[in-house]
Amino acid sequence: MSDGTVGSVAIGARKSSMLRQNLKEFWYYFSESKTAVIGLAFLVGIILMALTADVIAPHDPTVQYRDCLEQPPTLGADKCNFAFGTDYAGRDMLSRIIYGTRLSLVAGGMVVILCLSIGIVFGVVAGYFRGWVDIVIMRIMDTILSVPGLLMALVLVAILGPGLLNAMIAISITYLPHFVRLTRSSYMTESSKEYVIASKVAGAGKFRIMFITILPNCMAPLIVQATLSFSTAILDTAALGFLGMGAQPPAPEWGTLIAENRDLMLSAPWTVTFPGLAILLAVLAINLMGDGLRDALDPKMKRS
Amino acid sequence: MSLLEIRNLSVEFQTVAGNFRAVDGVDLDINETDLLSIVGESGSGKSVSMLALMGLLPWTANVTADKMEFAGLDLLTISSRERRKIIGKDISMIFQEPMSSLNPCFTVGFQIGESLKQHLGLDRKARKKRCIELLDLVGIPAAEERLKAFPHQLSGGMSQRVMIAMAIACNPKLLIADEPSTALDVTIQAQIIDLLVDLQNEKGMALVLITHDMGVVAETAKQVIVMYAGQQVEQQQVDALFATPRHPYTHALLNALPERSLHLDRLPTIEGVVPGAGDRPSGCLFSPRCEFAQDDCNQAVPAMESTGGSALRCFHPIENADRGQ
Amino acid sequence: MTVAIEGRDLKRYYQVKGEGFFAKPATLKAVDGASFALESGETLAIVGESGCGKSTLARLATMIEKPTAGNIFISGRDPHANGGVEIPRLRQDIQIIFQNPYGSLNPRKKVGAILEEPVIINLKTSAAERRQLAETMLAKVGLRPEHYDRYPHMFSGGQRQRIAIARALMLKPKVLIADEPVSALDISIQAQVLNILMDLQEEMDLALVFISHDLSVVRRIADQIMVMYLGKVVEQGNAKTIFENPCHPYTQALLGATPAVDPSLRRERVKLTGELPSPLNPPSGCAFHNRCRFAQAECSVTAPDLQVKFERQVACHFVEAAAQA
Repeated sequence: MSDGTVGSVAIGARKSSMLRQNLKEFWYYFSESKTAVIGLAFLVGIILMALTADVIAPHDPTVQYRDCLEQPPTLGADKCNFAFGTDYAGRDMLSRIIYGTRLSLVAGGMVVILCLSIGIVFGVVAGYFRGWVDIVIMRIMDTILSVPGLLMALVLVAILGPGLLNAMIAISITYLPHFVRLTRSSYMTESSKEYVIASKVAGAGKFRIMFITILPNCMAPLIVQATLSFSTAILDTAALGFLGMGAQPPAPEWGTLIAENRDLMLSAPWTVTFPGLAILLAVLAINLMGDGLRDALDPKMKRS
Repeated sequence: MSLLEIRNLSVEFQTVAGNFRAVDGVDLDINETDLLSIVGESGSGKSVSMLALMGLLPWTANVTADKMEFAGLDLLTISSRERRKIIGKDISMIFQEPMSSLNPCFTVGFQIGESLKQHLGLDRKARKKRCIELLDLVGIPAAEERLKAFPHQLSGGMSQRVMIAMAIACNPKLLIADEPSTALDVTIQAQIIDLLVDLQNEKGMALVLITHDMGVVAETAKQVIVMYAGQQVEQQQVDALFATPRHPYTHALLNALPERSLHLDRLPTIEGVVPGAGDRPSGCLFSPRCEFAQDDCNQAVPAMESTGGSALRCFHPIENADRGQ
Repeated sequence: MTVAIEGRDLKRYYQVKGEGFFAKPATLKAVDGASFALESGETLAIVGESGCGKSTLARLATMIEKPTAGNIFISGRDPHANGGVEIPRLRQDIQIIFQNPYGSLNPRKKVGAILEEPVIINLKTSAAERRQLAETMLAKVGLRPEHYDRYPHMFSGGQRQRIAIARALMLKPKVLIADEPVSALDISIQAQVLNILMDLQEEMDLALVFISHDLSVVRRIADQIMVMYLGKVVEQGNAKTIFENPCHPYTQALLGATPAVDPSLRRERVKLTGELPSPLNPPSGCAFHNRCRFAQAECSVTAPDLQVKFERQVACHFVEAAAQA
């Protein structure tokens, strides 16, 4: 029926205008915090940097310029003029930091994805079944929580071996309890609400109730937690890298960069300052953005 | 003796969709010992206007008025310090949800004592004595033990009585009750309303009862103001209002009551919805839904015209209204 | 006329922790012997205040919980027989709508998804058929097709209740349980929603179980009424008969406490003292005896049974005296 085509176009148009309206409302609240917008802009900048690293980096990050070891930052077109200086092996710091954005984003992203997926499942299962299942899951989480995060990550990496992937797995495990607890408590609050009873009366089974009915209503605090975990993951990856347990040289991960150039802290301070600044700014930007996100998602702060 | 005089009170809220006028040109005259009921449905602005008087609105609200005087004090220009001296002492308010209006972390005695300490400066012994007096007054048995109770240990009716005790602790001249019995069971509702009326008689204070329950109004109030979409539309003495409502909204509202349609198949309803922020009609706000509307109704907003103790905002009021028409 | 839903001596007890660390578990008798039979096209009103067991009864009726004793029959079948094998099938025959329009719809789902959920779970239909059903139902409750794509928070309380009604009727059930469906709504919206309920009841020959504490609404729509107090049925029978002459002291108190606009509908206000007792700690004998003006020594010893007197069932030792009042 021609009605159908027109109808589906109309539906499509309706759907996209609904989306536009939701985004508009979200942006209205989000943009109230100027710092959040700055944070978001910075994050977008980092992502773009990671995507276009091949194009914008002035040099190859692994090439060693043997004539220009430990050069201070200088501008100009001379052979040994590097905007951020060079490190102990004569590699361009600026390029290494630009390529390092990829590793940091991957580290943060992987940790968040792992934590969200596993944490949600455990949290929902604990919240739905209660009883023994709940007790076992929460006690395991309590155990993980009781060990200092970085220490546990070190132990895990020592068992699994050093490397960025293992560092990410280790960090994910240490963050897991936060996601599980958040999911579980949200879940338990929502599960006593009437729309859940209505779904049960309509005949909804276990899985439907857990993941389709209740879970979407628990997402707001989880999104905020995920954002903040992103930045903490970058920090912890850098820490592990600094301790030599994360990304291994010559990978230009920011923490590893600091570790490599540790001895040059006094003689060539730019080799550790710039990676340190990169970590600082990235984490700060994401945290500011996360604050704005939380305020935008919190219904009580809403005006209408 | 005029206690409260308000002229042209308006409240505008800043929202995502622009400014929203929640209260539009409200006038109020309350004398000592008056028992006034403000009636309206959701969105009528009845609660917001009283909250504006108390200074309890959020920062997004812009309150304007030509005049807002309480016992000779100009509420528009006083400092917040001076305002705090009279709010809770001379003007008091109780709210709808007693279970969430009390602070769950503090005992009943502490919360009632707070206003005694703040406004009357009583010492601990005097406060305790007065608290017990107040709890007795509001009909809570075993008052001395109850002082140590926490809000979650009280039932809805008890919590509301504690709220009333807090409100009358300093013998206010004016008590505003915002839907005080709506969240309570029927028999408890009756007890609370009776308590409020008794206290009003005993203490000689003015009582403003905000409600959407017409039955409560009919049995309790002396004067009634009907509000619609932020404006006052009718004011009359209670018996006259129910017997001969003059504004079409009041008329339609009374017809929609279940008890008035016992002999009918379906309940009469009012077509349409209350105007929101985006669809304020030009002219009379009720005209799109009014069954008696005429052409001039959507040209200009009718002014509130007072005659004697009544007031009306309508170009074509109903004459000779028949109950159950 | 078929009996759509029947309850025989339904009981639901809960084991709860006793107070104190070493206390034995206590038994909460939420429903203690309720029986009723409702035919298609008729309305049974269950009336009572907090703690009377009406919400528990709703949960028993919708098969969310299993009765501790007694039986429930839906379309003549016992859902809990044979290990509950018939429950999924019987779910299509009985649905529920709730009081709180703001909590009963999933905030993260669009209206269309909310309406289609029961159909997805229970019937095998194509997406197009489902959409058609949803849009038809939306029209039936007075909403428009474009509302299909919106989220609940964009609707008013009255509109949400309509969506809830539409959802409940998607499976064309034989019985609809309405748990205080209009208590949270304004008068004019209440009227609209009640009209929709009555129209749909007639169209679909629904048996409607209407739980409410608002007697003015109940008077309007109920054919039968069941008055509950602390889990027990105190009076039950034809609604008109009971409203004209309530025999149980509690029913009299309820009617007296209900404010009415029309003075001829008002009953003498029976001042009930005291609070509603907690279901955890019910009074001995007749649960109402310590608030009852006709109580005698016998009332605190033995609980009265439901007996047929004055053309209805009533549970009171001194019903003759009460009926004269």
